[in-house]
Amino acid sequence: MSGYTLSHLDALESEAVHIFREVAGEFENPVILFSGGKDSIVMLHLALKAFAPAAIPFSLLHVDTGHNFPEVLEYRDRVVAEHALRLHVASVQDYIDRGVLRERPDGTRNPLQTLPLTERIQAERFDAVFGGGRRDEEKARAKERVFSLRDEFSQWDPRRQRPELWNLYNGRHAPGEHVRVFPLSNWTELDVWQYIAREDIALPDIYFAHYREVFRRDGMWLTAGEWGGPGPAETVEKRQVRYRTVGDMSCTGAVDSDADTIEKVISEIAASRLTERGATRADDKMSEAAMEDRKREGYF
Amino acid sequence: MTPHLTVDTLRFATAGSVDDGKSTLVGRLLHDSKSVLTDQLEAVETASRNRGKDAPDLALLTDGLRAEREQGITIDVAYRYFATPRRRFILADTPGHVQYTRNMVTGASTAELAIILVDARNGVVEQTRRHAAIAALLRVPHVVLAVNKMDLVDYRQDVFERIVEEFAADASEFGLPGFTPIPVSALAGDNVVERSAHMEWYAGPALLEFLENVPVGTGPADAPARFPVQYVIRHGEVRHYAGQLVSGALRVGDRVTVHPSGETSEVAALDVLGADVEVAYAPQSVGVRLADQRDVSRGDMITAGAGGPTLTRDVRAAVCHLADRPLRVGDRVLLKHTTRTVKALVKDLGGASGLAVNDLGRITLRTAEPLALDDYGVSRRTGAFILIDPADGATLTAGMVELG
Repeated sequence: MSGYTLSHLDALESEAVHIFREVAGEFENPVILFSGGKDSIVMLHLALKAFAPAAIPFSLLHVDTGHNFPEVLEYRDRVVAEHALRLHVASVQDYIDRGVLRERPDGTRNPLQTLPLTERIQAERFDAVFGGGRRDEEKARAKERVFSLRDEFSQWDPRRQRPELWNLYNGRHAPGEHVRVFPLSNWTELDVWQYIAREDIALPDIYFAHYREVFRRDGMWLTAGEWGGPGPAETVEKRQVRYRTVGDMSCTGAVDSDADTIEKVISEIAASRLTERGATRADDKMSEAAMEDRKREGYF
Repeated sequence: MTPHLTVDTLRFATAGSVDDGKSTLVGRLLHDSKSVLTDQLEAVETASRNRGKDAPDLALLTDGLRAEREQGITIDVAYRYFATPRRRFILADTPGHVQYTRNMVTGASTAELAIILVDARNGVVEQTRRHAAIAALLRVPHVVLAVNKMDLVDYRQDVFERIVEEFAADASEFGLPGFTPIPVSALAGDNVVERSAHMEWYAGPALLEFLENVPVGTGPADAPARFPVQYVIRHGEVRHYAGQLVSGALRVGDRVTVHPSGETSEVAALDVLGADVEVAYAPQSVGVRLADQRDVSRGDMITAGAGGPTLTRDVRAAVCHLADRPLRVGDRVLLKHTTRTVKALVKDLGGASGLAVNDLGRITLRTAEPLALDDYGVSRRTGAFILIDPADGATLTAGMVELG
């Protein structure tokens, strides 16, 4: 008997591609949530590989908080044009302007994304929605299935999840319901970076060390913006930083870093004693169940 | 090069009854292997203090849902990721309560190793037997019997040995091929990551040591090739049959059979995610082009090599029923096997009239279309199926095909 092994990145890639193809085979109208962050960029890369040499049979959906990093929006528009993709944009600012959503006192818009996201899913009748969520990110996400059914209100009920056996994903759903699909479930932050390095995938510049004006809040370096920072007691200084995650500018913190290449980023993450979300996400620190509560409502 | 790039991966599952200390064991494994990062530990310390505890409660590392923390129990499978310099680990942390047995089945279905935990004070209990039966049924290749709370029985060898003996009797009854017993204390940290100084009579490895060294593999390349077609990629005039090779290898030039039609052809070209190759191995996701125009679509299976699958509409299988609604003789269900979903009728439940949630049993089904089946003992991928409720799409039952 001759044995053989795939590298762990090859095994993860193969599994993710299998998931993309299952969705293409079973659903009518899938969409990829695309934030311009590294996880969604890797998802898009995998989807392109899964259907090569043909085009991917999915469109993209960006939930635009209105507090985006300009580099990320540029990146988004560039890849959409390059691969001739169809992009849907659900805008938090529109909801605020129409008076449907109200700005929070702390200025963060991450929790405000849920309504524009879920309404767009219903309006476009998306039946499968790919998310870049990884189980290693957070303890509520560690409970997530690869195929996760959402009801007609897009709600997640962790106590009523379908058992998920072998690689037999069950995509059955009633009209109005949809399935959230997480092809990167079994990837860790380090896997994502190693894959980006191996595949030579371009990322927005904010992932690499650069000098920018930041101020300290809740133990994180935030970039000044129209959403209410810096406050009177907070002072701006110029520091060399990079981002480990990309989200709403109001609650995504930068970390001090001189990692200006992928290799240096990988070394930095391998040595870090902080998780990615613990280091850079204010919204997860609001309560012990912040992520679970948002996910229940339909957040990704 | 970075440290974890070429290290292999072990997928394993934990199972234990309530209060056996499973969450503590998992917490200890993560904590002592330095897989817990500072902010996670701080969160646990804060939460433990808020609950009036002096020491960090390691179980809080893993109980991720509000209801789990409120009740102090694990409700659903959680997947955790950690690595040592030797190996990467994907841990399916599954609940012990009887009513959540289906979640152990979920965790065990992809596991290459299962840890069955018992409390040294209580020994083998009904849930232990159930967990052993599930591990045997799902043919998890390696089983560890972790006898926990050894500190509460004065680290006594005779207590450990009596439990091992008792478990061995159950194991052979259920057809478990073998198991590795390890005496541990999750709370004190004995034999979890570091070998214990309290049990000189025990010469075996600590748990993590065993997990790092147990053999894992993708499977032999000379197994018969099985390729369920997931999706047809059309590019100009060319059709690429896209899918994941679930066993064996495919080579350009191989004679292949398409099931269920029985038509034959030859592999004209193979690509692995855009790059042409001469040979592809399981579990690669590939594209297959055939030499002849054939009617092939999602749900078909392309095979090569000696020992083809059994084509049949009469399916016999061992099952675990997972849904609250019972399964009854005469039920009309959907059956998903590889990429094929067909209508099926429940003909027989081994003489029983119905199966309740968490029941293990034997089933005979009649399907509307033929399936290309392998025995589950030969292939966990082409020998497994799920039953689905056609009314609401719920996953009802896990099935393991029994041929011959």
